[in-house]
Amino acid sequence: MQTNRLLLTPKMRLLIAAALALLTITLFMSFNVKASWEFTLMFRGKKLLTFLIVAFCISTATLLFQSMSNNRIITPAIMGFDALYMLIQTSLVFTLGAIQYAALNNYFKWAIEISILVVASSFLFQWLFIKKQFNLYLLILIGVVFGVLFRSFSSLMMRMIDPTEFGVLQDSLFASFNAADSYLLTISGVVVCLISGFIFRYHHQFDVMALGKPIATNLGINHADLTRASIVIITVLIGLSTSLVGPVTFFGLLVVNVAYIVCGTHLHRYLIPMSILTAIICLVGSDVLLQHVLHYNTKLSIIIEFIGGVFFLGLILRKKI
Amino acid sequence: MHKYIYAALPLVIALAIISLLVGNHSLQFNAESWDILMISRIPRTLALILAGVSLSVAGVIMQQLARNKFVEPSTTGTVESATFGMLMMLIFFPEASVFYKLLVACISSVIGTALFLLILRKVPLRSGYVVPLIGIMYAGVIGAIITFVAYRAELLQSIWVWVQGDFSMILRGRYELLWLAGGLSLIAYFTADKLTLAGLGKQVSINLGLNYTLVFVWGLVVVSLITGVTVVNSGVIPFLGLVVPNIISLLVGDNLRRSLPLIAISGAGLVLLCDILARVINYPYEIPIATVMGIIGSVIFLYLLLREDSHAN
Repeated sequence: MQTNRLLLTPKMRLLIAAALALLTITLFMSFNVKASWEFTLMFRGKKLLTFLIVAFCISTATLLFQSMSNNRIITPAIMGFDALYMLIQTSLVFTLGAIQYAALNNYFKWAIEISILVVASSFLFQWLFIKKQFNLYLLILIGVVFGVLFRSFSSLMMRMIDPTEFGVLQDSLFASFNAADSYLLTISGVVVCLISGFIFRYHHQFDVMALGKPIATNLGINHADLTRASIVIITVLIGLSTSLVGPVTFFGLLVVNVAYIVCGTHLHRYLIPMSILTAIICLVGSDVLLQHVLHYNTKLSIIIEFIGGVFFLGLILRKKI
Repeated sequence: MHKYIYAALPLVIALAIISLLVGNHSLQFNAESWDILMISRIPRTLALILAGVSLSVAGVIMQQLARNKFVEPSTTGTVESATFGMLMMLIFFPEASVFYKLLVACISSVIGTALFLLILRKVPLRSGYVVPLIGIMYAGVIGAIITFVAYRAELLQSIWVWVQGDFSMILRGRYELLWLAGGLSLIAYFTADKLTLAGLGKQVSINLGLNYTLVFVWGLVVVSLITGVTVVNSGVIPFLGLVVPNIISLLVGDNLRRSLPLIAISGAGLVLLCDILARVINYPYEIPIATVMGIIGSVIFLYLLLREDSHAN
């Protein structure tokens, strides 16, 4: 796509990406089927659904976060938002006790966790991005160290929970791509619809917000309100993807930066679907590769961390921020 | 400086005594207590002191080499490189003796650290905060390689548990390697002036008559050996080498000849304190000291970062 940049309009690029995504999905669903079709479609369908939701959550959250903070290198995951969600989950278990926690209504539990996350990360963001005007590198460093702090706190509390209770609990704490709970899928459906609606309605405002606060304000955007709304959206999405598959540090950064390159425009109308499609192609495609070429002798998240880490290092070293 | 040492030394001695007394078995004057003291408690306290001293010294030397206040072995890929060496030995020569494992871990950590310092030299440094950031990401990339290899070799859990600092398994006969790290710290003290000069940068230090390359390589070897020994023996205590030298430098400045003894003593004190916390916080269970230090260390690190920034403005 790089070579004939001028020939392809953003719309055509999107169509190509959509076709590629459909192709990988078809491959994923039909490649090397050994069991009965009915079983395979059910089994792989659920996994595919998880992939699609995660792709939506991570790429949208990262893209909005970057537009909001007006740069292309920091992401919610790098700033420690995933780790914060894990910390909130663990401290709830710690204070309530595992039995009590497991007895809570799933939807209620999720709502509490997400509300705490929204409040906590709003404060964190307000302080880091709005009150203090940090140098970009310092900002990233502070985010990374906050992530370490949150993770250390969670592991301390996990150690303090009674070992037998911890065993009971491990399932709800560490979901994986293979085993998403059905209540989470219901929640995801609602969240995805609501947020898509909001973005569909206000996508042009994000275009203006990405120009930075002074210009956006000058052009008549209520920057403070839009920032607040974006934080809520971002946190809910991060909470959803973390409760589905756990923390993934560099995936958002990778996908969104690829989308910037292949999209050929800065309009969110194209950028958002393009990054979602890129995320789908990456997730589903690499799962097919892992399952049928490498025969599952490794984990998807390990490879993402490696490639993402190298990419991030390259971004810092080349100063293309 | 002396007044600080006089203040810190009694504190550290008191902590060491508390560390000897804390445990499931309360000590009395009989043979059983004597055995517990000699086999478990004293080795553990000694191991803590040695690890604390040497990791703080390694941290400050690393800061001279990278010419940045916010680095230490666990944020420059040194720890991860040593771990990688260990992993290779576990996969290919699981029968090899501890000495060979140590040797390979040290060589691999020399290579990994040298590569990091080489990257730093190639990049024009735009901000002091870039260096620790590059270091943390570099360490993360090596960590991902380790995880990838270990996962395939089904060593994933054992390798990360091994590296995480935990002194609950220390017994007589299982910690003596740490004396090597302690000895290296002592030798480093005698070269303190040269290391201070090297911290001024290549051009300045050569101009002042220093054999820069030699001192640089010496510092690199000391840091890597200390890291290698702790990785193989007890696991690494994160942020220790960063937090202690920075606080001491706020008190007495950056002349290593003056500050190194204080850094060593405070390092030992902080490690003893963290270990006592790790032992009593969930009594009678223990928490790895690395977890406790991860919390304390990152809080102090954040404080240092914010403090630096408010001074800059």
